[in-house]
Amino acid sequence: MSTESTTESRSRDKAPAGERVADWADGRLGIYSLAKANMRKIFPDHWSFMLGEVCLYSFIIIILTGVYLTLFFHPSMNEVEYHGSYVPLQGQLMSEAFSSTLHISFDVRGGLLIRQIHHWAALIFLAGMFVHMMRVFFTGAFRKPREINWLFGFLLFVLGMFTGFTGYSLPDDLLSGTGVRFTEGAILSMPIVGTYISFFLFGGEFPGTDFVARFYSIHILLLPGIMLGLVVGHLILVFYHKHTQFAGPGKTNKNVVGMPLLPVYMAKAGGFFFLVFGVIAVIAAVAQINPIWAMGPYRPDQVSTGAQPDWYMGFAEGLVRYMPGWEIDFWGHTLVLGVFIPLVLFGLVLMAIAVYPFIESWVTGDKREHHILDRPRNAPTRTAFGVAWITVYMIGLVGGGNDLWATHFHLSINAVTWFVRIGFFAGPVIAFIITKRICLGLQRRDKDKVLHGRESGIIKRLPHGEFIEVHEPLSQDALYTLTAHEQYQPAEIGPKVDENGVERKVKGSEKLRAKLSKSYFGEDGQIPKPTVEEYKEITSGHGHH
Amino acid sequence: MSSQDIPEENLPAEQDAHVAVADEKNPFADPGLPPHEHRIQDIDERAAKRSERTVALLFTVSMLATVGFIASYVAIPHDKSIFVFPIGHLNALNFALGLTLGGALFCIGAGAVHWARTLMSDEEVADDRHAIAAEPEVKAKVMADFRQGAKESALGRRKLIRNTMFGALALFPLSGVVLLRDLGPLPGTKLRHTLWSKGKLLVNMNTNEPLRPSDVAVGSLTFAKPEGLEEHDHDFQNEIAKAALMIVRLQPDDIKDKQELDWSYQGIVAYSKICTHVGCPISLYEQQTHHVLCPCHQSTFDLADGARVIFGPAGHALPQLRIGVNDEGYLEALGDFEEPVGPAFWERG
Amino acid sequence: MKKLSARRRHPLAAVVVLLLALACTGGLYAVFAPADKAQAEETAQSLTIEEGKKLYAVGCASCHGTGGQGTSDGPSLVGVGAAAVDFQVSTGRMPAATSQGAQVPKKKNIYSQAEIDQLAAYIASLGAGPSVPSEEKYGPEGADIAKGGELFRNNCAQCHNFTGKGGALTKGKYAPSLEGVDPKHIYEAMQTGPQNMPSFPDTTLSEQNKKDIIAYLHAVNSDETVNPGGLELGGLGPVTEGLFSWIFGLGAMIAVAVWVAARTAKAKKS
Repeated sequence: MSTESTTESRSRDKAPAGERVADWADGRLGIYSLAKANMRKIFPDHWSFMLGEVCLYSFIIIILTGVYLTLFFHPSMNEVEYHGSYVPLQGQLMSEAFSSTLHISFDVRGGLLIRQIHHWAALIFLAGMFVHMMRVFFTGAFRKPREINWLFGFLLFVLGMFTGFTGYSLPDDLLSGTGVRFTEGAILSMPIVGTYISFFLFGGEFPGTDFVARFYSIHILLLPGIMLGLVVGHLILVFYHKHTQFAGPGKTNKNVVGMPLLPVYMAKAGGFFFLVFGVIAVIAAVAQINPIWAMGPYRPDQVSTGAQPDWYMGFAEGLVRYMPGWEIDFWGHTLVLGVFIPLVLFGLVLMAIAVYPFIESWVTGDKREHHILDRPRNAPTRTAFGVAWITVYMIGLVGGGNDLWATHFHLSINAVTWFVRIGFFAGPVIAFIITKRICLGLQRRDKDKVLHGRESGIIKRLPHGEFIEVHEPLSQDALYTLTAHEQYQPAEIGPKVDENGVERKVKGSEKLRAKLSKSYFGEDGQIPKPTVEEYKEITSGHGHH
Repeated sequence: MSSQDIPEENLPAEQDAHVAVADEKNPFADPGLPPHEHRIQDIDERAAKRSERTVALLFTVSMLATVGFIASYVAIPHDKSIFVFPIGHLNALNFALGLTLGGALFCIGAGAVHWARTLMSDEEVADDRHAIAAEPEVKAKVMADFRQGAKESALGRRKLIRNTMFGALALFPLSGVVLLRDLGPLPGTKLRHTLWSKGKLLVNMNTNEPLRPSDVAVGSLTFAKPEGLEEHDHDFQNEIAKAALMIVRLQPDDIKDKQELDWSYQGIVAYSKICTHVGCPISLYEQQTHHVLCPCHQSTFDLADGARVIFGPAGHALPQLRIGVNDEGYLEALGDFEEPVGPAFWERG
Repeated sequence: MKKLSARRRHPLAAVVVLLLALACTGGLYAVFAPADKAQAEETAQSLTIEEGKKLYAVGCASCHGTGGQGTSDGPSLVGVGAAAVDFQVSTGRMPAATSQGAQVPKKKNIYSQAEIDQLAAYIASLGAGPSVPSEEKYGPEGADIAKGGELFRNNCAQCHNFTGKGGALTKGKYAPSLEGVDPKHIYEAMQTGPQNMPSFPDTTLSEQNKKDIIAYLHAVNSDETVNPGGLELGGLGPVTEGLFSWIFGLGAMIAVAVWVAARTAKAKKS
C-alpha cells in the first residue's frame, strides 16, 4: 500500500511513470472505472468485522506455506527404512510420506517452522471461520441480501474441515492413520454402497498404498481450488453488498459509515495481514504442533490412547463416541446404526445452522434488505437458537475429548460419556431457554434505561428522608441507538373465509408459520420497545426516577 | 394488525421514518453523525512527529528482524537444541527463525496500523447504499431481451433439438463416472478373510518367535501375527490390519462364555485386535476386570464373556480365533476367524 | 624329573614353591570359602525375611492376610515376587489403606529402601516370582531406542500414550503418566503387571525388549527430551493444540483486531 500512496502523491507534481502504467492498464482492463467505485469504498470500524480478515489472511498463509511444503513432501506410501537425523526412529520401516515429513522437520532448515506455521494457521483458520460465522449469525448479518454469501461462508467452513482432515492425514503417522482408519470404518457403515466406496477410495483394502497420493491431490488441488473460488466470490459479494453496520447516530439502512479503503483500510487491512502472519509465526516458534516423530509411522495394528482429530473434527468425533452401539442384522445384511447415525447427524447439525437464515426469513416474511445489524438481545429466538446450536457443538467437542476430561478432572470416562449423551438432548433445550430469558432481561434493562435514564451511582436524600439513586437521562445518541431496532408483530393465520365468503383451507405450513412467528415475536418472544409516548409521559412527570 | 395473509403487513416501519421527525416531537430520532473530533496528532505537530517516528521505528525493527532471520538461517546449525525457559529444550533454529520472521512481519503490520490510526484522516464518511435489485425498467428490458433471444434460438419451438441436446448433456458425464471404476477392485469377500488358517502358528509380535502356552502367563498381554507375515512384506499393512491378534490368559473358571472356553487353550484366548466399531487396534486390557477398552471411542469388551460389548459405540463382540497346540507344543490357529473382523459393513450379515 | 631335581637348589626354587603353595591355598579357599559365605548369607537372608515378616505383619497383613494368602480386601501375594513388592512399595502405592477411588495412586513412599528389601525378601520367600532387576537390565547400554519405540507403540502406547503421558481406562481408572518414573520401576511394572496393567513376562517381552522400551522412554519423555518445535503442550495431541489455537491463537488475533479497529484517542477538550 505504501507504493501506491507514494505513486499518488507524486502524480500531483508531474505525469510520472506510475500514471502512464495506470493509463496503459486502463486502456486494456478499464481499471479507472473499477477504482472509481472501490478506491474510496467505505468500511465501518468494529473489531468483530475483522474476524473474516483473520480467516482470509490465514488462508493466504496456508497457501504460501503449503506450496513450500510441496517442494519437499513425497506423497508416496512406498516403504522405506529411515536413516535421517531423528535417532529414535532410525532403522524403522515407514512410508516415504512419513520419512519426507521427518526430513522437512529435521533436515530442511526452516522446514519445521513452515510446517508449524501451516498447521497452526490451519487451526486458526477454522477457529476464525467458526467465530466469524457466529458473529454473522448473532448479528443477523445473514439476512437479505447476504444469504448467498452466508452459504459461501458455510461451504468454506465445511470444505476447510475436509481440507484440514486430508492435510493432517498426509504424513501417514500413527495418529492421523488412526483417523483415516476411523474414516474407513465410517464409510463402511454406509448402507449398500459403503464397502464399494471404501474400496474405491483406498484402492482396495485398508490401508493399501494409494490413499496418501489421493488425499494429496484432494488436499492441495481439488479442495483449495474450490475454496479459492468461494473466497473470491465471498469477497466480491462483500464489496458489492457493502459492509453491514451496527445501529448508531447517522447510521441508517441506506448508508454505510466508516473510513475509506484508500488510504485507511489499505493500511489497516494490509497491516492486519502482516500482524496475523507475525502472530502465527511467533506461535510456530514457541509452540510445537503435530510432532509426528513422537507418534511414529502408521501401522494398522498400533495405536495410542488420546487419539483425537484436530479440533474442527472433534465434534464429529464426539458424536461417534457417545452414540450407543446399535447394529441391526437382517436378511444377511448389517445396518451399522452406531456409526451411520453419527455420520448423518454430523451433516444434519451442520445443515441446521446453514439453512437457518432461510427459515427465519420464511417466518418473518421479510423481503427487504437489511444492512443494520441486530444486537443479539433484540432477536431473542435467533440468539437462543444459535446458543443452543453452539451447545450441541460444544457437547460434541467435550465428548470427543472424553478421555482427557476423565484423566485431567479425575472423572470416570463412562460418566463423562453418559453426561454428554444426556447433554446432547438436554443441553440445547436448557441453553435455548436460558439464553432467551437473558435476552429478554437485557431488553427490559434497555427499555428501563431509555425510559428512566442511566443509573448514576449517586444516592440522593430527599427532603422527606427518602433515599433515591439519581438517574441521568440518556443522550439522544444513546436513545436512538437503543431504540433503533425493528420489532416484528406475530404473523396471524388469515381469515377462514376468502373475500367471496367461501371457506378456504388453511394450510399446515401457514399454521406452523403462525405458531413460529408467535414464539418469535409474541409476548414471550420480545419486550415491546419503549414508545415516544411512554418516554414523554415519564420524563414530563417525575424525571428523577 | 391486519387480518391478511401477507406477513409484510406485520413488518415494522422502515427505520428511516424516524429521521424526518423533529427532535422535540421524537426524542428517539436519529441525531445524525456526531461532529468529528480531532486527535492529538491532528492539532499538535509534535505528537504527529512522534507518531511518525514510532512508525519509522517499527519498520526499521522489521528490517533488522529480517536481517536476523537470514543470519540465523546461515549461522545456526539445523540440529542444535537449546534450553529456553519456560518452554524447555527446543530446536534453536526453529525458535530463532520463527521469532525473527514473526517480528519482521508483526512490525510491518504494527507500523502500518499505527500510521493509519494516528496520521491518516479519521473522519468518518457516510456512503450511500443502493438497492441490490434492479429497477423495474431494467428488469423489463432484460426480460424482453431474453424472450427475444429465446425466440431466435427456436429452442422452445424445435423440441427435437431441445430434447436431444438435453439427452446428450445428461449422458456425457457418465464417461467420467465410468472412468472412476479402476480406482479400486470390488470388495468381493476380501473383508471376510484373514491370513489365519488351520495350522498357522501364533508368532509373538515382540520377539518374532512362535508362542508356546507356557509363555503366556495369567494376567499378561501379548500380540501375535500369523507365521510367515513379515514387516518387510509388501502387503504387511493390509494383512496385519485384519490379522492382528490379542492373546490373554484367564483362569478357565473365570471364562463365562461356553464357546469362548471351547475355542481357548488352557485359558489362553485369542481375540482380534481390531475393534468392531471402526477398526482401531483395541488393546487397553485391564487384567483384573478382564475388560478391554478401545482408545479411540471407548467401546469396552469383556474378554471373560465372549468379548461381549459392555459399553460404548461398538455393535458386536470381538471375533475370537479358535486356537490349539500343535505336535511341537506351539500355539496354532485352528482355522480363520468365523466372522469378518473389524468394522461392520452392509454385506456383513 | 631330572630337570626338576636338578633345579631344586636354584635360588628361586623357594619362591616358586611358595607361589605354588599360595596358589594352592588360594584355590582351596576359593573352592571351600563360598560355602561358608553362602551359609553366612543364608543366615542374613533369613534374618532379612524375618524382619520383612514383621514389617509385613504391621503394614500389609490386614489386607493381604497374615501369610500373604490374600483376603477380600487384597490379593494373594504368593508368587508375585520381589519385583512387585519393590514397585508397589517404592512408588508409595502400597500400603493402599488410605487410598480411595477407582485405583490406587502413586504417593509418597513411607518405607526406607532397606525395609522395602526386607519386605520383598519375605514375599519372595512365599513363592517364586520375578526378582528386583539389577541396574544393567534397565540401564541404557546396549539398548536400541528405535526398536524400543516400535515395541512401545505396540505394547504400551494404547494405554500410556505415544510418549508415555498416560491415558484413561474404564470407570475412572487410568494408565499413569510415565514421566519421571524410575527405570527400575518401569521394568518391574512390565514384569509384574501392577493393578489393572497386564504383565509382560520375559517369555513374551524379552529382557532386551524391556531395555529397549526403557531407553526409548528416556529419549522421548525425560528432562532432556528435546521438543524441537517448542512447547510440548502436554504431549497429548490435537486436543491441547486446539485449545491453544483458540485461546492464544484466536485470542491474539482478536486482541490485535480490537487494536486495529479501535478509535484513536481524541484530543482532550480543555
